Amino acid sequence: MQVAITVNGQTYERDVEPRLLLVHFLREVLDLTGTKVGCDTSQCGSCTVHLDGVALKSCTMLAVQADGREVTTIEGLAQNGELHPMQESFWEHHGLQCGFCTPGMIMASTAFLQQNAEPTEAEIRHNLEGNICRCTGYQNIVRAVQAAANGGDG
Amino acid sequence: MWPKSFDYIRVNSVEEAITQLNKHEDAKLLAGGHSLLPAMKLRLAEPALLVDIAPLGLTQVSDRGHGWSIGAMATHAHIAANANGALAQAAAGIGDQQVRNFGTIGGNIAHADPASDPPAVLVALGAKIYIRGSGGERNVAAEDFFIDLFTTDLLSDEIITSIYIPRKEGHTNAYAKMAHPASRYALVGVAVDICTQEGHCREVRIGVTGATTHAVRASGAEAVLQGAEINDGNIAQACEAIQADIADQLLGDAAYPEDYRQAMAGVFLGRAIRAATA
Ligand SMILES: Cc1cc2nc3c(=O)[nH]c(=O)nc-3n(C[C@H](O)[C@H](O)[C@H](O)COP(=O)(O)OP(=O)(O)OC[C@H]3O[C@@H](n4cnc5c(N)ncnc54)[C@H](O)[C@@H]3O)c2cc1C
Ligand code: FES
Ligand code: FES
Repeated sequence: MQVAITVNGQTYERDVEPRLLLVHFLREVLDLTGTKVGCDTSQCGSCTVHLDGVALKSCTMLAVQADGREVTTIEGLAQNGELHPMQESFWEHHGLQCGFCTPGMIMASTAFLQQNAEPTEAEIRHNLEGNICRCTGYQNIVRAVQAAANGGDG
Repeated sequence: MWPKSFDYIRVNSVEEAITQLNKHEDAKLLAGGHSLLPAMKLRLAEPALLVDIAPLGLTQVSDRGHGWSIGAMATHAHIAANANGALAQAAAGIGDQQVRNFGTIGGNIAHADPASDPPAVLVALGAKIYIRGSGGERNVAAEDFFIDLFTTDLLSDEIITSIYIPRKEGHTNAYAKMAHPASRYALVGVAVDICTQEGHCREVRIGVTGATTHAVRASGAEAVLQGAEINDGNIAQACEAIQADIADQLLGDAAYPEDYRQAMAGVFLGRAIRAATA
């Protein structure tokens, strides 16, 4: 089936099988491998991207469902060679160790900060429930998100 | 994991969806995909055709004065932000941010996962499910809609269009849930809709999910509360009664066995009553 999906501002027209998951469209068709696959059960969140501005687990949507819509991936956050403030903050606050969960964590947290610019720690934790990290123990991830919400100085 | 191959079409009207379901024996509707796609990835479901109903809209969450009309395609996030009481509480506690953004209430109840949250709430609120199929339109009370594990009253060529929740003057309600630590699905969820006058219960409905094969009413616990003063003793009695109500329909696993969930149904009923009458 023919689809036209806009990813990080550029529209890609491709012929895809209906069973192609959006995450595989990103990784294997477009070679945007920043988005990860960490599970088979829609639970880990490492595949999180934005679809029309809201957080989505891209392993739980077909590429054909995204036809005509706009996707932002981790590769689309930095602008003109400058890291996004959330990326800076993860770096600054040591919000990662192996880094596998990080693209998903950053996409999930940037999405919900757009709805709630000044979240409490509890709200940050609640909104990251769909993202699993096997390394950090979450403390620094929460700190990084909190600091980014406070304009980088938390 | 990749799902098995299938055909895919998008439909622009409810009629078209029904026609497709009628024409293809092995067709399934696709709403948010957040129950169906995980099942297809694990090859637990292998439909030959997916009928994508996203273009239909049906996303309203509107207060009609005499009650609420919730479109089948309203997402959990939309309901959490725009409804109130037990329904909004349940929606806000579903899975995680990403799941709430795309999972719909129609897909949730059609799938009838025993660990789903909304079914208990719809049973307690006396909701009606509006359904269309080749036989025309009909509606079913939520308590008659859920029949068994992953089994509802829905026929294979039918589509849920909306859910109606009647407004009941003087009633308050709440949903209390024990979430699975990994998936956030309900191990036990209890919804209470109650009307009290001078500290006494005039009317009450209780719905249970998670602990049972499907969402059910707890009529024994309701009978204990009916007419009774809302106090610790009577709440404790209702919490005993609910365990008898669900004794024949219990569900469990190695980590959270049947008798544990049965006991927790009592605990969470107590929390829901206190929250609804606070
Ligand atoms: C990680 C994760 C955690 C979750 N946690 C929870 C939780 O804590 N609590 C909870 O309640 N749920 C939870 N869910 C399930 C979630 O709520 C699903 O979104 C919902 O159950 C299905 O809705 P959907 O729109 O995605 O339906 P789909 O997956 O598109 O469809 C599900 C089924 O319903 C049918 N269907 C869909 N729409 C209609 C309609 N309008 N009429 C008739 N049939 C229809 C489909 O054919 C299919 O059989 C979780 C899901 C995931 C992936
Ligand atoms: S890969 Fe784990 S949630 Fe998508
Ligand atoms: S940093 Fe390794 S999984 Fe999160």
